[in-house]
Formats: sequence, structure tokens, C-alpha cells
Amino acid sequence: MTTWLIRRFIQAVFVMLAMTVIVFVGVYGIGDPIEILISPDADQAEKARAIAALGLDKPLWEQYWVFLKGALQGDMGRSFVFNEPSLKLIAQRMPATMELAITAVLLSIILGIPLGLYAGLYPNSFASRAIMAGSILGFSLPTFWVGLMFIMVFAVQLGWLPSTGRGQTEMLFGVPWSFLTWDGIRHMIMPALNLSLFNISLVLRLTRSGVRETVLMDYVKFARAKGLSPNRVIGVHVLKNIMIPVVTVVGLQFGSTIAFSVVTESVFAWPGMGKLIIDSINVLDRPVIVAYLMMVVLLFITANLIVDILYTVLDPRVRLEGR
Amino acid sequence: MSATVAKDRVETPFQRFVSEFAESKLAVAGFIVLVLIILGAVFAPLISPQNPYDLAQLDIMDSRLPPGEKSASGFTFLLGTDDQGRDMFSGILYGLRLSLLVGIGSAIIAGVVGSSLGLLSAYAGGRTDSIIMRLVDLQLSFPAILVALIILAFLGKGVLNVVLALVIVEWAYYARPVRGTALVERSREYIEAAECLALPRHRILFRHLLPNCLPPLIVIGTQQVARAIALEATLSFLGLGVPITEPSLGLLIANGYQYMLSGKYWISFYPGIALLVTIVAINLVGDQLRDVLNPRLRK
Repeated sequence: MTTWLIRRFIQAVFVMLAMTVIVFVGVYGIGDPIEILISPDADQAEKARAIAALGLDKPLWEQYWVFLKGALQGDMGRSFVFNEPSLKLIAQRMPATMELAITAVLLSIILGIPLGLYAGLYPNSFASRAIMAGSILGFSLPTFWVGLMFIMVFAVQLGWLPSTGRGQTEMLFGVPWSFLTWDGIRHMIMPALNLSLFNISLVLRLTRSGVRETVLMDYVKFARAKGLSPNRVIGVHVLKNIMIPVVTVVGLQFGSTIAFSVVTESVFAWPGMGKLIIDSINVLDRPVIVAYLMMVVLLFITANLIVDILYTVLDPRVRLEGR
Repeated sequence: MSATVAKDRVETPFQRFVSEFAESKLAVAGFIVLVLIILGAVFAPLISPQNPYDLAQLDIMDSRLPPGEKSASGFTFLLGTDDQGRDMFSGILYGLRLSLLVGIGSAIIAGVVGSSLGLLSAYAGGRTDSIIMRLVDLQLSFPAILVALIILAFLGKGVLNVVLALVIVEWAYYARPVRGTALVERSREYIEAAECLALPRHRILFRHLLPNCLPPLIVIGTQQVARAIALEATLSFLGLGVPITEPSLGLLIANGYQYMLSGKYWISFYPGIALLVTIVAINLVGDQLRDVLNPRLRK
């Protein structure tokens, strides 16, 4: 178990390193680093100073080393637009994204599992067919389009929900949160639902196929024959055994939910990291772009690592195999 | 009468394929819609009443007219106009052209790259295999949007850059299943026979192995076209995709987004419907292809 854990950890570090190389090559190799890293408003003398300060006159491997050292110390350059450390900007916007992503993942569990359970238990009913057809749409429709339709119907036509922004926030641990006020929650409903549609479809389908396989198992038949109530059979015997793949997938999806929040945040003008990165790309604020990419990749790799570890804890078969 | 005739004649594989495909009415409907969409996109310059890229034809006085409204020169805008006075119907046809071109083009290039690497991986084995497959693992563990975002953040806007980003995102989706199929096919007797004949390696790979890996490849291909179109639309909506001078469906939707809140829904709505219908039609066809081409489901 320990060897496996160490190996898995080293693997994660290597993926992270690979990503730093890719981002580094992206900034320094493909584009012109002087244009990318130095503000276009700088004059000649400033440019020369900046080139020397950034070490752009040094060989590429040495530049990479400097970049890596800076990244490890949390220094990824200053934003041209805000003139603040780019990592600090990202950190300021992160709670909003996290709030949205966590709500979306929770929604996918709260809605996906019951719907999947129903569709799995009564596969031929009309409602189940409707649920499955809906899940295909949830998979294939572009998130941004669904978001626009939400705004068009619920904000513009019906006027039920606010269309953009975070609404009123309340401070907790020195960070503003939307879920603490009613106005904030109202602002969060559409973006969170929009972001979770793909995950809902995924969880729903996994639960459904899990249920359909599990109800045919001998131990479920035995539990029924024993005279247990249907609720207990489904709630304990069936549900418990289909949770492992569902938990894994929800965990693995957390990273992509954060990545996809770029789209949702742009549609609903949600002031998170995703909105920041799109704005930064549009004004070519490259230090912020680099910081964002490194941050998301780090989040992603950490989430995957945690899921892998949880998986071994939940499923003894994996644990034994790893020995 | 006709039944006995049909019995006497030997059904070709293609005829069987067509009749099996036609079993699902929904898939046939999807196919018809798809053909219409492709025809509309190909013949856009002939059908559309206006060239939306030609600024000389646009009149700013016609901007943001609702569907059915007439222009100053007596021309009726079927689906209304956008903020530059562009006829939305023409804009959608031209946008479809670009969306389909980018989607199909990137899916084909990614298919060629991905399946070549998949075949190579299966046939060469050893270190080549493990290097390619680790790359595939790494690639598939990151969401498509993040990979595309990284690439476009550095390369900037442009049709070719979007195609490149989509190819880089998609190739791994072909490589893995092709490798799997090729590994199974490789151990079959006909490959052994070809090897006994001392045929050159590339001939075995592309003339013997590849045709037998085609069915899964076609299914993945249709799914990837739909995904690519959706991803391109998303990227263009975010302002990272195609340039503003050649609007694809995603960019048309983005252009209308700011007017949606003031009730001028048509600028975003109709391009969105075109996008939706295209993606759903491709998926319907793709699902039926998967069922028909899957040998395990064959009766």
C-alpha cells in the first residue's frame, strides 16, 4: 500500500512537471516571450531591463529552471492589467469558482442518483425513457448554449431568476460567499445547474446501469426472499454496492467541472477564475494565463490523486491488487 | 412477388448495412436532416440572399430587426438581423459552413493521426506501444476544454489554430480503440498469412489490418465530429475561436448574447437552434451506426 502510494505520488509529480514544461514551451517557445511577458507599453530601456531581469538572454534550459523556481515559490509574474501578483489575483477569484463547482457536483449527486435509481428500477416506464433521452441531451448539448437558454427563459421571459453576477455575498473566514444569502442562492441556481448538467447525466447513467446489474445478483434476490422491505433492499443492498464507481466518477469529474466553469462563468458573468482567464486571454495578460493554467492543473492532479487513494480505501480488491 | 426476388438475389454487405440502418426511423430522420444541413452549408453562396462577409451589402440601418421585418430596400429578413444589419439566415448558412468544415476537418485529421499511432502502437508493441499509450492516458485525463484553452491561449485566434487545437484534443480518442481492435485482429490468421507471404510492413498495416479496424473508427469519427462542432462553438463563444470576420455559429451566438437581455432573442436563438439540430442529427446517425456496425449486436 505504501509503495503504491509513493509510486502514485511520484507519478503525479511527474505529470505536474510535464505540464510546467508544456506551459513553459507555450510561453517561451511558441510565442515571442518578450511580447508575452513584457507589457507592450514599455519603452526600450524598460524592455532591456525586463529582458535582463527575466533572464531572457540566457539559454532555454536555464530560463526553464528560473521559471520553475519562481513557480515553486508561488511567483508567476505580475499581471499587466491589475499590476498585482498573478497568483494573488487567481487566489482572490478562486472561492467563487470553488463555490460554484462544489454546488454543481453536489447537485449532480442529489439529482443524478435518484433519477438513475428510478430509471434503473423501472427501465421500461415512460418517465425512464424521458430521463434517458434527457441525459443524452445533457451529454451532447454545448454547455454555453444551455446556459443562454436558461437566461432567455428564466431571466428574460419569466423573470424568475437574476441572469448575471454573484448577488449579495456574506463574509465567512474573510472570504465572500454567495450561499449564505438568499439573494446569492438565487444568483447561483442557474449557473450551478448549468455547470452540473453534464455531471448529472453521467451520474444518472452510471447509477442506472449499476442498478440494472445489481438487482439481478443473488444476494439481492436473497435479501428479497428473506422478506426485507423493498426500501431496505434498494437503499442498503443495492445502493451501497453501486456507490464505488459513482464516487470515483464524481471525484474525477471535479477537476473537469472546474475547467468547464470557464464556460459557465462567462455566460453568467460569475466573477470566478474562469471569467478572469477569459478576460486575461482577451487582453493578452499572459502572467495571469500561466498562473491560472498551473493552478488548474495542480488542482486537477490533486483531485485525481485523492480519488485514487479513496478508491483503494473503499474497494479492498484494488488494495490487494496493488501489493 | 418482390419478396421472392429479394430472396434469390444475394444481399451485398452495403445493402444489408442500409436496411439495418433504416430500422430506426429516428436515425433516418437524423440522416435526412444532416444531409439537408450539409447541402445548405455547401451551397450557402447560392441559397443565401446576402453575403454576410461582404460589408458592402450590409446596411447599418437594418440592424437588429426582428424576424420577418422588411429592410429599407424592401428585402425581407426571415430570421431577423444582427447588430451590423446582417441577415441572420445568410449568417447561419455561412456559419454552418465554417462549423462543419472545422468539425469534419479536425475529426478527419485527428482520425488519421490517431489511428496511425494506434495501429503503430498495436503492431510495434514494446516501448513504442507504452510511450504512445502513456501519452494517450495523459491526454485523456485532462478535459478537452482545458487542453484547447492551453493551446489557443498561446496560439491566439484563427481557423487553423482551432483545427490544430481540436486535432490535439481528439487524436487520443481514436488511438486507444484502434489499438484495442488492432491487437485483436493482429492475432487472426489472415495477418499471419500476410506475414508468411513476406508482405512489407506498411502493406500489412494499411491494407490488411486497417480495413478490419474501420467499423469502430467510423463510429468514433461521427461522435468526434459532433464533439468538435460543439467545442469549436464553445471556444468561439468565449472569443478564443474563429476571428470575427468569419463568424461560425458559436461566434454568431456570442454576438447576440448582449442583446438577449433586452429581449432581442433572435440574434442568438436561431444560430443556437442550427447548432443544436446539427449536433443532435449527427448523434442520432452516430448512435445507429454504432448499433449496426457492432458485430456483437449483429443478428
